[in-house]
Amino acid sequence: MWIKCPWCGEILYNKDIVKNLKVCRKCGYHFRLTAEERLAFTLDEGSFVEYDSRLVADNPLNFPGYPEKLAEARQTTGLSEAVVTGEGTILGHRVVIGVMDSRFIMASMGAAVGEKVTRAAEHACERRLPLVLFVASGGARMQEGMVALMQMAKTAAAVKHLDAAGLLYVSVLTDPTTGGVSASFAMLGDIILAEPGALIGFTGPRVIEQTIKQKLPDGFQRAEFLQQHGMIDLVVPRARMREILGRIVMLHAGEGN
Amino acid sequence: MPTILDFERPFVELENKIAELTSFSREKDLDLSEEIEHLEKRAEELKRSIFANLTPWQRVQLARHPDRPNTEEYVRMLFEDFIEFHGDRCYGDDPAVLGGIGRLNGTAVTVVGHRKGRDTRENVSRNFGMAHPEGFRKALRLMHQAEKFGRPVITFIDTPGAHCGVGAEERGQSCAIAQNLLGMSALRVPIIVVVIGEGGSGGALALGVGDRILMQEHAIFSVISPEGCASILWKDPSRAQEAAEALKLTAHDLLALGIVDEVIPEPLGGAHRDPEGAAALVRERLVQHLETLKRMAPEELIRSRWMKFRQIGLVSEEAGESG
Repeated sequence: MWIKCPWCGEILYNKDIVKNLKVCRKCGYHFRLTAEERLAFTLDEGSFVEYDSRLVADNPLNFPGYPEKLAEARQTTGLSEAVVTGEGTILGHRVVIGVMDSRFIMASMGAAVGEKVTRAAEHACERRLPLVLFVASGGARMQEGMVALMQMAKTAAAVKHLDAAGLLYVSVLTDPTTGGVSASFAMLGDIILAEPGALIGFTGPRVIEQTIKQKLPDGFQRAEFLQQHGMIDLVVPRARMREILGRIVMLHAGEGN
Repeated sequence: MPTILDFERPFVELENKIAELTSFSREKDLDLSEEIEHLEKRAEELKRSIFANLTPWQRVQLARHPDRPNTEEYVRMLFEDFIEFHGDRCYGDDPAVLGGIGRLNGTAVTVVGHRKGRDTRENVSRNFGMAHPEGFRKALRLMHQAEKFGRPVITFIDTPGAHCGVGAEERGQSCAIAQNLLGMSALRVPIIVVVIGEGGSGGALALGVGDRILMQEHAIFSVISPEGCASILWKDPSRAQEAAEALKLTAHDLLALGIVDEVIPEPLGGAHRDPEGAAALVRERLVQHLETLKRMAPEELIRSRWMKFRQIGLVSEEAGESG
Protein backbone atom coordinates (compact mmCIF):
# COMPACT_ATOMS: atom_id res chain seq x y z
CA MET A 1 0.00 0.00 0.00
CA TRP A 2 1.12 3.52 -0.86
CA ILE A 3 0.68 6.75 1.09
CA LYS A 4 1.08 10.29 -0.14
CA CYS A 5 2.96 12.68 2.15
CA PRO A 6 0.52 15.51 2.91
CA TRP A 7 3.42 17.96 3.19
CA CYS A 8 5.63 17.35 0.12
CA GLY A 9 3.39 15.10 -1.95
CA GLU A 10 5.95 12.30 -2.16
CA ILE A 11 4.43 8.86 -2.68
CA LEU A 12 5.70 6.59 0.05
CA TYR A 13 5.54 2.83 0.48
CA ASN A 14 3.59 2.05 3.63
CA LYS A 15 5.94 -0.58 5.03
CA ASP A 16 8.88 1.74 4.50
CA ILE A 17 7.28 4.62 6.28
CA VAL A 18 6.33 2.51 9.31
CA LYS A 19 9.93 1.39 9.50
CA ASN A 20 10.88 5.09 9.52
CA LEU A 21 8.53 5.73 12.50
CA LYS A 22 6.02 7.29 10.10
CA VAL A 23 8.25 10.15 9.11
CA CYS A 24 8.49 11.13 5.43
CA ARG A 25 11.94 10.19 4.12
CA LYS A 26 11.93 13.09 1.71
CA CYS A 27 10.75 16.12 3.74
CA GLY A 28 10.76 14.89 7.34
CA TYR A 29 7.01 15.35 7.78
CA HIS A 30 5.85 13.59 10.94
CA PHE A 31 2.62 11.72 10.25
CA ARG A 32 0.09 11.71 13.07
CA LEU A 33 0.27 8.49 15.07
CA THR A 34 -2.40 6.31 16.58
CA ALA A 35 -2.12 5.69 20.30
CA GLU A 36 -1.02 2.15 19.58
CA GLU A 37 1.77 3.27 17.25
CA ARG A 38 2.95 5.89 19.72
CA LEU A 39 3.16 3.40 22.56
CA ALA A 40 5.03 0.95 20.31
CA PHE A 41 7.52 3.62 19.20
CA THR A 42 8.09 4.88 22.77
CA LEU A 43 8.00 2.03 25.27
CA ASP A 44 10.13 -1.06 25.66
CA GLU A 45 8.42 -3.92 23.91
CA GLY A 46 5.82 -5.71 25.98
CA SER A 47 6.18 -3.37 28.96
CA PHE A 48 2.84 -1.56 28.67
CA VAL A 49 0.05 -2.17 31.16
CA GLU A 50 -3.08 -0.14 30.55
CA TYR A 51 -5.01 1.75 33.25
CA ASP A 52 -8.70 2.56 33.27
CA SER A 53 -9.43 0.98 29.91
CA ARG A 54 -13.11 0.69 30.72
CA LEU A 55 -13.59 4.33 31.56
CA VAL A 56 -15.87 5.91 28.98
CA ALA A 57 -17.66 9.17 28.27
CA ASP A 58 -21.18 9.87 29.39
CA ASN A 59 -23.54 12.38 27.83
CA PRO A 60 -23.77 14.84 30.73
CA LEU A 61 -25.74 17.47 28.79
CA ASN A 62 -27.84 15.02 26.77
CA PHE A 63 -26.30 16.75 23.79
CA PRO A 64 -28.10 15.81 20.58
CA GLY A 65 -26.15 13.42 18.37
CA TYR A 66 -23.31 12.92 20.84
CA PRO A 67 -23.89 9.24 21.69
CA GLU A 68 -23.87 8.44 17.97
CA LYS A 69 -20.67 10.42 17.50
CA LEU A 70 -19.02 8.52 20.36
CA ALA A 71 -20.17 5.17 19.02
CA GLU A 72 -18.75 6.01 15.62
CA ALA A 73 -15.42 7.11 17.11
CA ARG A 74 -15.19 3.89 19.10
CA GLN A 75 -16.04 1.85 16.06
CA THR A 76 -13.48 3.45 13.75
CA THR A 77 -10.61 3.64 16.26
CA GLY A 78 -11.24 0.59 18.42
CA LEU A 79 -10.49 2.87 21.38
CA SER A 80 -12.82 3.56 24.30
CA GLU A 81 -11.77 7.22 24.54
CA ALA A 82 -9.35 9.78 23.10
CA VAL A 83 -6.54 9.01 25.54
CA VAL A 84 -4.87 5.74 26.48
CA THR A 85 -3.09 5.69 29.85
CA GLY A 86 -0.99 3.16 31.68
CA GLU A 87 2.55 2.40 32.66
CA GLY A 88 5.57 0.90 31.03
CA THR A 89 9.30 1.33 30.64
CA ILE A 90 11.40 3.56 28.40
CA LEU A 91 14.93 2.17 28.01
CA GLY A 92 14.34 0.34 31.25
CA HIS A 93 13.00 3.32 33.21
CA ARG A 94 9.47 2.92 34.54
CA VAL A 95 7.02 5.73 33.77
CA VAL A 96 3.32 6.45 33.84
CA ILE A 97 2.34 7.31 30.28
CA GLY A 98 -0.65 8.81 28.51
CA VAL A 99 -1.11 9.03 24.76
CA MET A 100 -3.84 10.97 22.98
CA ASP A 101 -5.23 9.82 19.66
CA SER A 102 -6.54 12.55 17.37
CA ARG A 103 -8.69 10.11 15.39
CA PHE A 104 -11.09 10.03 18.36
CA ILE A 105 -13.23 13.21 17.97
CA MET A 106 -10.03 15.22 17.43
CA ALA A 107 -8.80 13.95 20.81
CA SER A 108 -11.02 16.52 22.42
CA MET A 109 -11.17 16.51 26.22
CA GLY A 110 -14.41 15.60 27.91
CA ALA A 111 -14.94 14.13 31.35
CA ALA A 112 -13.41 10.76 30.46
CA VAL A 113 -10.19 12.26 29.07
CA GLY A 114 -9.95 14.65 32.02
CA GLU A 115 -10.53 11.83 34.46
CA LYS A 116 -7.99 9.49 32.82
CA VAL A 117 -5.31 12.19 32.73
CA THR A 118 -6.06 13.07 36.37
CA ARG A 119 -5.88 9.42 37.40
CA ALA A 120 -2.62 9.00 35.51
CA ALA A 121 -1.18 11.88 37.55
CA GLU A 122 -2.55 10.29 40.71
CA HIS A 123 -1.03 6.93 39.83
CA ALA A 124 2.29 8.68 39.24
CA CYS A 125 2.02 10.29 42.70
CA GLU A 126 1.11 7.05 44.43
CA ARG A 127 3.84 5.05 42.76
CA ARG A 128 6.33 7.93 42.74
CA LEU A 129 6.94 7.57 39.00
CA PRO A 130 7.56 10.20 36.33
CA LEU A 131 4.60 11.09 34.13
CA VAL A 132 4.98 11.36 30.36
CA LEU A 133 2.02 12.63 28.33
CA PHE A 134 1.95 12.67 24.54
CA VAL A 135 -0.57 15.40 23.85
CA ALA A 136 -2.70 15.98 20.77
CA SER A 137 -6.07 17.65 20.91
CA GLY A 138 -8.46 20.07 19.31
CA GLY A 139 -9.47 21.34 22.76
CA ALA A 140 -12.35 20.89 25.15
CA ARG A 141 -15.14 18.64 23.85
CA MET A 142 -18.03 20.91 22.92
CA GLN A 143 -20.68 18.25 23.39
CA GLU A 144 -19.83 18.03 27.09
CA GLY A 145 -20.07 21.79 27.58
CA MET A 146 -18.89 23.16 30.91
CA VAL A 147 -18.20 19.67 32.22
CA ALA A 148 -15.49 19.52 29.54
CA LEU A 149 -14.18 23.04 30.22
CA MET A 150 -13.79 22.25 33.92
CA GLN A 151 -11.49 19.34 33.05
CA MET A 152 -8.91 22.02 32.26
CA ALA A 153 -8.97 23.14 35.89
CA LYS A 154 -9.04 19.56 37.15
CA THR A 155 -6.06 18.37 35.11
CA ALA A 156 -4.06 21.53 35.90
CA ALA A 157 -4.65 20.94 39.61
CA ALA A 158 -3.61 17.30 39.18
CA VAL A 159 -0.30 18.50 37.69
CA LYS A 160 0.14 20.73 40.73
CA HIS A 161 0.03 17.62 42.91
CA LEU A 162 2.97 16.16 40.95
CA ASP A 163 4.79 19.45 41.53
CA ALA A 164 4.17 19.29 45.24
CA ALA A 165 5.36 15.69 45.35
CA GLY A 166 8.58 16.66 43.54
CA LEU A 167 7.81 14.33 40.65
CA LEU A 168 8.77 14.79 37.03
CA TYR A 169 6.15 15.52 34.39
CA VAL A 170 7.21 15.64 30.74
CA SER A 171 4.63 16.74 28.18
CA VAL A 172 5.28 16.02 24.53
CA LEU A 173 3.22 18.18 22.21
CA THR A 174 2.28 16.56 18.94
CA ASP A 175 0.24 17.62 15.95
CA PRO A 176 -2.15 19.29 16.72
CA THR A 177 -2.24 20.63 20.29
CA THR A 178 -4.74 23.47 20.55
CA GLY A 179 -7.56 24.99 22.59
CA GLY A 180 -8.41 23.97 26.12
CA VAL A 181 -5.93 21.13 26.25
CA SER A 182 -3.03 23.34 25.20
CA ALA A 183 -4.21 25.83 27.84
CA SER A 184 -4.11 23.29 30.65
CA PHE A 185 -1.96 20.19 31.28
CA ALA A 186 -0.15 20.37 27.91
CA MET A 187 1.67 23.59 28.78
CA LEU A 188 2.39 22.63 32.39
CA GLY A 189 5.16 20.08 31.94
CA ASP A 190 8.36 20.55 33.94
CA ILE A 191 9.86 19.84 30.55
CA ILE A 192 7.88 20.48 27.40
CA LEU A 193 9.01 18.71 24.24
CA ALA A 194 7.40 18.88 20.82
CA GLU A 195 7.57 16.99 17.56
CA PRO A 196 8.87 18.89 14.51
CA GLY A 197 6.19 20.75 12.61
CA ALA A 198 3.47 20.11 15.21
CA LEU A 199 0.77 22.77 15.27
CA ILE A 200 0.59 24.17 18.81
CA GLY A 201 -1.49 27.11 19.94
CA PHE A 202 -4.54 28.35 21.77
CA THR A 203 -6.62 29.51 18.82
CA GLY A 204 -6.35 27.51 15.61
CA PRO A 205 -4.75 29.32 12.63
CA ARG A 206 -7.92 29.30 10.52
CA VAL A 207 -9.89 31.15 13.19
CA ILE A 208 -7.08 33.67 13.64
CA GLU A 209 -6.93 34.29 9.89
CA GLN A 210 -10.68 34.81 9.73
CA THR A 211 -10.51 37.19 12.69
CA ILE A 212 -7.57 39.36 11.62
CA LYS A 213 -8.32 38.94 7.88
CA GLN A 214 -4.67 38.37 7.08
CA LYS A 215 -2.65 35.40 5.97
CA LEU A 216 -0.46 34.05 8.75
CA PRO A 217 3.27 33.69 8.07
CA ASP A 218 4.69 30.25 7.24
CA GLY A 219 5.67 28.35 10.33
CA PHE A 220 3.35 30.30 12.64
CA GLN A 221 2.31 28.15 15.62
CA ARG A 222 4.58 25.32 14.57
CA ALA A 223 6.78 23.60 17.17
CA GLU A 224 9.90 25.43 15.97
CA PHE A 225 8.07 28.79 16.29
CA LEU A 226 7.16 27.96 19.89
CA GLN A 227 10.73 27.05 20.69
CA GLN A 228 11.91 30.36 19.21
CA HIS A 229 9.37 32.23 21.31
CA GLY A 230 10.46 30.53 24.50
CA MET A 231 7.32 28.48 25.04
CA ILE A 232 8.78 24.97 24.93
CA ASP A 233 12.05 23.35 25.92
CA LEU A 234 13.00 21.39 22.85
CA VAL A 235 11.80 20.19 19.47
CA VAL A 236 12.71 16.52 19.22
CA PRO A 237 12.54 14.52 15.97
CA ARG A 238 10.61 11.30 16.35
CA ALA A 239 13.69 9.21 15.65
CA ARG A 240 15.32 10.60 18.80
CA MET A 241 12.24 10.90 21.05
CA ARG A 242 12.64 7.58 22.87
CA GLU A 243 16.30 8.19 23.56
CA ILE A 244 15.76 11.78 24.77
CA LEU A 245 12.84 10.76 27.00
CA GLY A 246 14.89 7.91 28.42
CA ARG A 247 17.78 10.26 29.14
CA ILE A 248 15.52 12.87 30.79
CA VAL A 249 13.94 10.25 33.04
CA MET A 250 17.36 8.84 33.87
CA LEU A 251 18.70 12.28 34.80
CA HIS A 252 15.80 12.71 37.22
CA ALA A 253 16.11 9.30 38.81
CA GLY A 254 17.51 9.10 42.31
CA GLU A 255 20.70 7.22 43.01
CA GLY A 256 20.50 3.52 42.41
CA ASN A 257 17.61 3.88 39.92
CA MET B 1 -30.34 55.42 24.11
CA PRO B 2 -30.67 52.25 26.13
CA THR B 3 -30.71 49.00 24.17
CA ILE B 4 -34.07 47.24 24.27
CA LEU B 5 -34.12 43.52 23.52
CA ASP B 6 -37.07 42.13 21.56
CA PHE B 7 -38.51 40.25 24.49
CA GLU B 8 -38.19 43.30 26.75
CA ARG B 9 -40.24 45.43 24.36
CA PRO B 10 -43.77 44.62 25.63
CA PHE B 11 -43.15 45.78 29.20
CA VAL B 12 -40.75 48.56 28.22
CA GLU B 13 -43.48 50.01 26.00
CA LEU B 14 -45.92 49.84 28.90
CA GLU B 15 -43.41 51.49 31.19
CA ASN B 16 -42.91 54.29 28.68
CA LYS B 17 -46.64 54.77 28.50
CA ILE B 18 -46.82 54.95 32.30
CA ALA B 19 -44.09 57.58 32.33
CA GLU B 20 -45.95 59.57 29.68
CA LEU B 21 -49.22 59.39 31.59
CA THR B 22 -47.52 60.37 34.84
CA SER B 23 -45.97 63.49 33.37
CA PHE B 24 -49.19 64.29 31.49
CA SER B 25 -51.25 64.05 34.69
CA ARG B 26 -48.77 66.27 36.46
CA GLU B 27 -48.74 68.87 33.71
CA LYS B 28 -52.52 68.99 33.36
CA ASP B 29 -53.10 68.44 37.07
CA LEU B 30 -55.34 65.47 36.30
CA ASP B 31 -55.82 62.53 38.62
CA LEU B 32 -54.92 59.44 36.56
CA SER B 33 -53.60 57.49 39.53
CA GLU B 34 -56.08 54.66 39.13
CA GLU B 35 -55.23 54.13 35.49
CA ILE B 36 -51.49 54.42 36.16
CA GLU B 37 -51.68 51.96 39.02
CA HIS B 38 -53.52 49.52 36.79
CA LEU B 39 -50.88 49.85 34.05
CA GLU B 40 -48.06 49.47 36.56
CA LYS B 41 -49.59 46.24 37.77
CA ARG B 42 -49.89 45.01 34.22
CA ALA B 43 -46.28 45.91 33.41
CA GLU B 44 -45.09 44.13 36.54
CA GLU B 45 -47.10 41.01 35.71
CA LEU B 46 -45.87 41.04 32.14
CA LYS B 47 -42.27 41.38 33.25
CA ARG B 48 -42.71 38.60 35.77
CA SER B 49 -44.14 36.20 33.23
CA ILE B 50 -41.52 37.05 30.59
CA PHE B 51 -38.65 36.60 33.05
CA ALA B 52 -40.11 33.40 34.46
CA ASN B 53 -39.94 31.85 31.00
CA LEU B 54 -36.66 33.08 29.53
CA THR B 55 -35.08 30.83 26.94
CA PRO B 56 -31.34 30.12 27.11
CA TRP B 57 -30.85 32.36 24.08
CA GLN B 58 -32.65 35.23 25.79
CA ARG B 59 -30.29 34.80 28.74
CA VAL B 60 -27.35 34.94 26.34
CA GLN B 61 -28.72 38.27 25.15
CA LEU B 62 -29.12 39.50 28.73
CA ALA B 63 -25.61 38.35 29.65
CA ARG B 64 -24.26 40.38 26.72
CA HIS B 65 -26.59 43.33 27.22
CA PRO B 66 -24.60 46.52 26.55
CA ASP B 67 -26.15 48.18 29.61
CA ARG B 68 -25.39 45.28 31.94
CA PRO B 69 -23.19 46.41 34.86
CA ASN B 70 -19.55 45.49 34.20
CA THR B 71 -16.64 44.63 36.47
CA GLU B 72 -15.54 48.21 36.91
CA GLU B 73 -19.04 49.25 37.97
CA TYR B 74 -19.39 46.39 40.44
CA VAL B 75 -15.99 47.25 41.87
CA ARG B 76 -17.17 50.80 42.38
CA MET B 77 -20.44 49.69 43.98
CA LEU B 78 -19.01 46.93 46.19
CA PHE B 79 -15.57 47.86 47.47
CA GLU B 80 -14.33 50.70 49.64
CA ASP B 81 -10.84 52.21 49.29
CA PHE B 82 -10.24 50.47 45.97
CA ILE B 83 -6.91 51.11 44.23
CA GLU B 84 -6.19 49.77 40.77
CA PHE B 85 -2.83 48.07 40.09
CA HIS B 86 -1.37 47.67 36.63
CA GLY B 87 0.88 45.36 34.68
CA ASP B 88 2.27 41.86 34.63
CA ARG B 89 5.91 42.90 35.43
CA CYS B 90 6.90 41.12 32.29
CA TYR B 91 5.50 42.58 29.10
CA GLY B 92 2.73 45.13 29.59
CA ASP B 93 -0.54 46.20 31.11
CA ASP B 94 -3.65 44.64 29.61
CA PRO B 95 -6.66 46.97 29.86
CA ALA B 96 -8.97 43.97 29.31
CA VAL B 97 -8.25 42.86 32.88
CA LEU B 98 -8.87 45.00 35.95
CA GLY B 99 -7.02 44.31 39.18
CA GLY B 100 -6.40 45.93 42.51
CA ILE B 101 -7.07 45.94 46.23
CA GLY B 102 -9.92 47.28 48.30
CA ARG B 103 -12.17 46.48 51.21
CA LEU B 104 -15.34 44.44 51.37
CA ASN B 105 -17.34 44.67 54.58
CA GLY B 106 -14.17 45.58 56.49
CA THR B 107 -11.94 42.89 54.99
CA ALA B 108 -9.06 43.81 52.67
CA VAL B 109 -9.37 41.82 49.47
CA THR B 110 -7.70 41.52 46.07
CA VAL B 111 -10.05 41.98 43.13
CA VAL B 112 -9.46 40.88 39.54
CA GLY B 113 -11.88 40.71 36.66
CA HIS B 114 -12.37 40.94 32.93
CA ARG B 115 -13.07 44.49 31.94
CA LYS B 116 -15.64 45.21 29.27
CA GLY B 117 -16.42 48.84 28.44
CA ARG B 118 -19.63 50.79 28.76
CA ASP B 119 -19.65 52.17 25.21
CA THR B 120 -17.96 51.36 21.91
CA ARG B 121 -14.97 53.61 22.53
CA GLU B 122 -14.34 52.08 25.95
CA ASN B 123 -14.89 48.61 24.59
CA VAL B 124 -12.35 49.12 21.82
CA SER B 125 -9.76 50.39 24.31
CA ARG B 126 -10.38 47.34 26.51
CA ASN B 127 -10.54 44.88 23.64
CA PHE B 128 -14.13 43.98 24.63
CA GLY B 129 -12.85 42.25 27.74
CA MET B 130 -10.76 39.75 25.77
CA ALA B 131 -7.45 39.35 27.55
CA HIS B 132 -3.97 38.83 26.16
CA PRO B 133 -1.45 36.67 28.04
CA GLU B 134 -0.24 39.73 29.94
CA GLY B 135 -3.76 40.23 31.29
CA PHE B 136 -3.88 36.71 32.69
CA ARG B 137 -0.36 37.14 34.04
CA LYS B 138 -1.31 40.40 35.74
CA ALA B 139 -4.21 38.59 37.40
CA LEU B 140 -1.96 35.79 38.62
CA ARG B 141 0.65 38.26 39.84
CA LEU B 142 -1.99 40.03 41.93
CA MET B 143 -3.29 36.73 43.26
CA HIS B 144 0.18 35.74 44.42
CA GLN B 145 0.48 39.15 46.04
CA ALA B 146 -2.84 38.46 47.80
CA GLU B 147 -1.48 35.12 48.98
CA LYS B 148 1.58 36.76 50.50
CA PHE B 149 -0.55 39.13 52.53
CA GLY B 150 -3.29 36.64 53.38
CA ARG B 151 -5.94 38.57 51.46
CA PRO B 152 -8.92 36.75 49.99
CA VAL B 153 -9.36 37.05 46.23
CA ILE B 154 -12.59 37.96 44.48
CA THR B 155 -12.79 37.57 40.71
CA PHE B 156 -15.39 38.80 38.25
CA ILE B 157 -15.95 36.93 35.02
CA ASP B 158 -17.26 38.76 31.97
CA THR B 159 -15.55 38.01 28.68
CA PRO B 160 -16.41 36.63 25.25
CA GLY B 161 -13.15 34.66 25.52
CA ALA B 162 -9.38 34.99 25.48
CA HIS B 163 -8.06 37.25 22.71
CA CYS B 164 -7.35 35.50 19.47
CA GLY B 165 -4.47 36.95 17.46
CA VAL B 166 -0.82 36.79 16.51
CA GLY B 167 0.63 38.60 19.53
CA ALA B 168 -1.41 36.55 21.97
CA GLU B 169 -0.07 33.34 20.43
CA GLU B 170 3.53 34.60 20.30
CA ARG B 171 3.43 35.52 23.97
CA GLY B 172 1.93 32.22 25.06
CA GLN B 173 -1.82 32.53 25.48
CA SER B 174 -2.13 28.82 26.28
CA CYS B 175 0.71 28.93 28.72
CA ALA B 176 -0.68 31.97 30.53
CA ILE B 177 -4.12 30.41 30.95
CA ALA B 178 -2.66 27.07 32.05
CA GLN B 179 -0.46 28.81 34.64
CA ASN B 180 -3.50 30.58 36.09
CA LEU B 181 -5.44 27.32 36.42
CA LEU B 182 -2.54 25.70 38.21
CA GLY B 183 -1.78 28.74 40.34
CA MET B 184 -5.36 29.27 41.44
CA SER B 185 -5.82 25.60 42.29
CA ALA B 186 -3.15 25.92 44.97
CA LEU B 187 -3.54 29.50 46.17
CA ARG B 188 -3.44 29.58 49.97
CA VAL B 189 -6.17 32.22 50.37
CA PRO B 190 -9.92 32.05 49.68
CA ILE B 191 -11.02 32.66 46.09
CA ILE B 192 -14.60 33.61 45.28
CA VAL B 193 -15.54 33.72 41.61
CA VAL B 194 -18.58 35.68 40.43
CA VAL B 195 -19.80 35.24 36.87
CA ILE B 196 -21.49 38.55 36.13
CA GLY B 197 -22.02 38.40 32.38
CA GLU B 198 -20.44 36.28 29.69
CA GLY B 199 -18.27 33.40 30.79
CA GLY B 200 -16.48 32.66 27.55
CA SER B 201 -14.48 29.44 27.60
CA GLY B 202 -10.80 29.21 28.61
CA GLY B 203 -10.38 32.97 28.87
CA ALA B 204 -13.12 33.00 31.49
CA LEU B 205 -11.88 29.94 33.34
CA ALA B 206 -8.43 31.57 33.62
CA LEU B 207 -9.98 33.71 36.38
CA GLY B 208 -12.53 31.09 37.36
CA VAL B 209 -10.91 28.52 39.65
CA GLY B 210 -12.13 29.16 43.17
CA ASP B 211 -13.59 27.89 46.42
CA ARG B 212 -16.97 29.22 45.38
CA ILE B 213 -18.27 29.86 41.90
CA LEU B 214 -21.29 32.12 42.09
CA MET B 215 -23.28 33.04 39.05
CA GLN B 216 -25.78 35.80 38.55
CA GLU B 217 -29.18 34.65 37.42
CA HIS B 218 -28.82 35.93 33.86
CA ALA B 219 -25.12 35.28 33.37
CA ILE B 220 -23.86 32.50 31.12
CA PHE B 221 -20.78 30.27 31.21
CA SER B 222 -19.92 28.14 28.24
CA VAL B 223 -17.20 26.05 26.65
CA ILE B 224 -17.82 27.86 23.36
CA SER B 225 -20.11 30.65 22.16
CA PRO B 226 -23.45 29.40 20.83
CA GLU B 227 -22.57 30.93 17.45
CA GLY B 228 -19.22 29.13 17.39
CA CYS B 229 -20.80 25.85 18.41
CA ALA B 230 -23.48 26.11 15.72
CA SER B 231 -21.00 26.91 13.00
CA ILE B 232 -18.65 24.06 13.94
CA LEU B 233 -21.27 21.39 14.57
CA TRP B 234 -23.91 22.30 12.02
CA LYS B 235 -21.93 24.64 9.74
CA ASP B 236 -24.66 27.18 10.39
CA PRO B 237 -24.11 30.07 12.83
CA SER B 238 -27.79 31.03 12.54
CA ARG B 239 -28.62 27.98 14.65
CA ALA B 240 -27.07 29.68 17.69
CA GLN B 241 -30.36 29.58 19.61
CA GLU B 242 -30.44 25.82 19.32
CA ALA B 243 -26.79 25.62 20.40
CA ALA B 244 -27.55 27.84 23.41
CA GLU B 245 -30.11 25.25 24.55
CA ALA B 246 -27.82 22.27 23.94
CA LEU B 247 -24.77 23.79 25.69
CA LYS B 248 -26.53 24.13 29.08
CA LEU B 249 -24.90 27.48 29.69
CA THR B 250 -27.42 29.15 32.02
CA ALA B 251 -26.85 29.63 35.74
CA HIS B 252 -29.59 27.21 36.72
CA ASP B 253 -28.41 24.52 34.30
CA LEU B 254 -24.87 24.83 35.64
CA LEU B 255 -26.09 24.67 39.22
CA ALA B 256 -27.90 21.44 38.37
CA LEU B 257 -24.73 20.08 36.72
CA GLY B 258 -22.71 20.85 39.85
CA ILE B 259 -20.44 23.31 38.04
CA VAL B 260 -21.45 26.40 40.00
CA ASP B 261 -22.22 26.58 43.70
CA GLU B 262 -24.92 29.18 43.81
CA VAL B 263 -27.14 31.35 41.63
CA ILE B 264 -27.32 34.99 42.74
CA PRO B 265 -30.74 36.44 41.95
CA GLU B 266 -31.04 39.67 39.99
CA PRO B 267 -33.68 42.37 40.34
CA LEU B 268 -36.74 41.68 38.20
CA GLY B 269 -35.92 42.70 34.64
CA GLY B 270 -32.20 41.98 34.98
CA ALA B 271 -29.14 43.68 36.48
CA HIS B 272 -29.04 46.34 33.75
CA ARG B 273 -32.40 47.74 34.86
CA ASP B 274 -31.26 48.11 38.48
CA PRO B 275 -27.46 47.99 38.89
CA GLU B 276 -27.51 49.11 42.53
CA GLY B 277 -30.07 46.44 43.37
CA ALA B 278 -28.00 43.82 41.56
CA ALA B 279 -24.85 44.90 43.38
CA ALA B 280 -26.59 44.68 46.75
CA LEU B 281 -27.59 41.08 46.02
CA VAL B 282 -24.02 40.21 44.98
CA ARG B 283 -22.62 41.94 48.04
CA GLU B 284 -24.78 39.97 50.43
CA ARG B 285 -23.64 36.62 48.99
CA LEU B 286 -19.99 37.67 48.77
CA VAL B 287 -19.93 38.78 52.39
CA GLN B 288 -21.48 35.56 53.62
CA HIS B 289 -19.12 33.27 51.68
CA LEU B 290 -16.13 35.40 52.64
CA GLU B 291 -16.95 35.01 56.33
CA THR B 292 -17.14 31.22 55.97
CA LEU B 293 -13.97 30.88 53.89
CA LYS B 294 -11.91 33.24 56.05
CA ARG B 295 -12.24 30.78 58.91
CA MET B 296 -10.70 27.91 56.93
CA ALA B 297 -7.01 27.01 57.21
CA PRO B 298 -5.04 27.24 53.92
CA GLU B 299 -4.57 23.46 53.71
CA GLU B 300 -8.26 22.90 54.25
CA LEU B 301 -9.12 25.49 51.59
CA ILE B 302 -6.84 23.92 49.01
CA ARG B 303 -8.04 20.42 49.79
CA SER B 304 -11.71 21.27 49.50
CA ARG B 305 -11.08 23.33 46.36
CA TRP B 306 -9.38 20.28 44.86
CA MET B 307 -12.24 17.97 45.86
CA LYS B 308 -14.70 20.36 44.27
CA PHE B 309 -12.98 20.24 40.88
CA ARG B 310 -11.95 16.60 41.25
CA GLN B 311 -15.57 15.48 41.29
CA ILE B 312 -16.65 17.38 38.16
CA GLY B 313 -17.27 14.85 35.45
CA LEU B 314 -16.72 11.69 37.42
CA VAL B 315 -17.47 9.09 34.82
CA SER B 316 -18.84 5.62 35.15
CA GLU B 317 -16.72 2.63 34.35
CA GLU B 318 -18.34 0.39 31.86
CA ALA B 319 -17.27 -1.33 28.71
CA GLY B 320 -17.51 0.83 25.62
CA GLU B 321 -20.20 -0.11 23.13
CA SER B 322 -17.69 -1.60 20.77
CA GLY B 323 -15.97 -3.43 23.62
